[in-house]
Amino acid sequence: MFSALTPNAALFLAGIFAILVIASGVVFALGRAHPDRDYTELAARVNSWWVMAGVFAAAMALDRVLSIVFLAFVSFLAMKEYFSLIPTRRADRRVLFWAYLAIPVQFYWVAIGWYGMFIIFIPVYLFLLLPLRMVTIGETTGFLRAAGSLHWGLMLTVFNLSHMAFLLALPQAANPAGGGAGLVLFLMFLTQFNDVAQYVWGKTLGRHKIIPKVSPKKTWEGFIGGVATTTLTAWLLAPHLTPLTGWEDPAAGLLIGLAGFVGDVNISALKRDLGLKDSGSLIPGHGGVLDRVDSLTFTAPLFFHYLYYLHY
Amino acid sequence: MARFLRLLFYALVARPIAWVVLGLNVRHRQRLPTTGPAIVAANHNSHLDTLVLISLFPLRLLPRLRPVAAADYFTRNPVLAWFSLNVIGILPIRREARGGADPLKPCEAALERGDILVLFPEGSRGEPEVLGRFKRGIAVLAARRPDVPVTPVFLHGLGKALPKDDPILVPFFCDVFVGEALRGNNDQAVFMAELEGRMARLADELPSPREDS
Repeated sequence: MFSALTPNAALFLAGIFAILVIASGVVFALGRAHPDRDYTELAARVNSWWVMAGVFAAAMALDRVLSIVFLAFVSFLAMKEYFSLIPTRRADRRVLFWAYLAIPVQFYWVAIGWYGMFIIFIPVYLFLLLPLRMVTIGETTGFLRAAGSLHWGLMLTVFNLSHMAFLLALPQAANPAGGGAGLVLFLMFLTQFNDVAQYVWGKTLGRHKIIPKVSPKKTWEGFIGGVATTTLTAWLLAPHLTPLTGWEDPAAGLLIGLAGFVGDVNISALKRDLGLKDSGSLIPGHGGVLDRVDSLTFTAPLFFHYLYYLHY
Repeated sequence: MARFLRLLFYALVARPIAWVVLGLNVRHRQRLPTTGPAIVAANHNSHLDTLVLISLFPLRLLPRLRPVAAADYFTRNPVLAWFSLNVIGILPIRREARGGADPLKPCEAALERGDILVLFPEGSRGEPEVLGRFKRGIAVLAARRPDVPVTPVFLHGLGKALPKDDPILVPFFCDVFVGEALRGNNDQAVFMAELEGRMARLADELPSPREDS
């Protein structure tokens, strides 16, 4: 059944669900111990983790193509949310339509493993194609803002996130322990774990604000504690799921910890600019899709190229 | 047969469009009527409005749900008429009353049968994402049946996804805010003011004034 997973990856997936069982147990115990306090938000958040982990695990475990389709769908949700948030010109409806069509094409390059096309399709070809479509429509008022914001979103939600899918297209022989799915699980788990770790460290020890203009709740204590936790966790996990060796293991965690933080505050800055608290309401307790994949938009391409440079 | 086609259409086309291609942010869903007779009144910006509103209800209520639509527009040719009447399942009404015929008669008869009417009091789709004035027909209907709840629903974003003058559907997340039901009143002006007021308050629930130019 779990044909797409190596034994290590399957074991790791089971471990993720064990963590969720513990998280649900803690929420239940908290509710029992403090009946006067409201844990609805926390419970909703953990329940949403169950749903997200469940869907993700099913997609990863069953089949490689299904995994890629699933990741393409995540890109679609993120892009749709981005286009729904930002001001768009009515004249650009057809340009947006082309941008949506880029998703299946980009993930097709991933599915057939054509690295050269995968890496230039959006930064080069769509970068040229979208303005071409815009000038044939001919609306020049707000042209720069529209062209810039469309391509920025395309890079963030499709190009960057598709790097996670390309981990599945890398040669399996180079990573017999974890396989492609092991790499995706490693990246996905550490990125989300880093978010949670930064949050927990910040909640318990946070004193000194790190970036108050963008994200007033983020602290140096949360940032350092989170990055350190992620680095240590990566050190433990990397030998079992990735081809990384020696110093490369903790360095991968350091990279994911730092990049995850920047990806998170990048979307925070976008929301602050637009005057919004959450990017959407699709995921109870979390907000929107962009709120959940914000860190991944930075960790996915950086982790991919780190790994690609060192081992492929 | 037509009933089966309609079920297939709403289950396999309308719902995936509403929930997957678009994606709906629904607030106060529990305020929707769970049984007929009832009236759902929404603002109108797109052909998608009907599909979205009907997708908010469980499929078992589908035979009860009747979108009220202009006969002159939706039955203007035989193919469209067949599709509108059998697959969309519209309740056609005549916008311009000729020879003293009561255009609301079919609506009253449907309420009599226990149906849930889906109405667009703006009359037509109008300017995308602009809340137009409501026509009074709904006040007349509600005054005749003061026992029937009228639930206002504010839709936002559908005029961006599929506006009046463009056949291409571009996905956007859309907002659906359900208001509290009101009842018919013999003073139509009072009813209209209340309905438009509730609609405006629902519109105020939008997270921020977005510039959709």
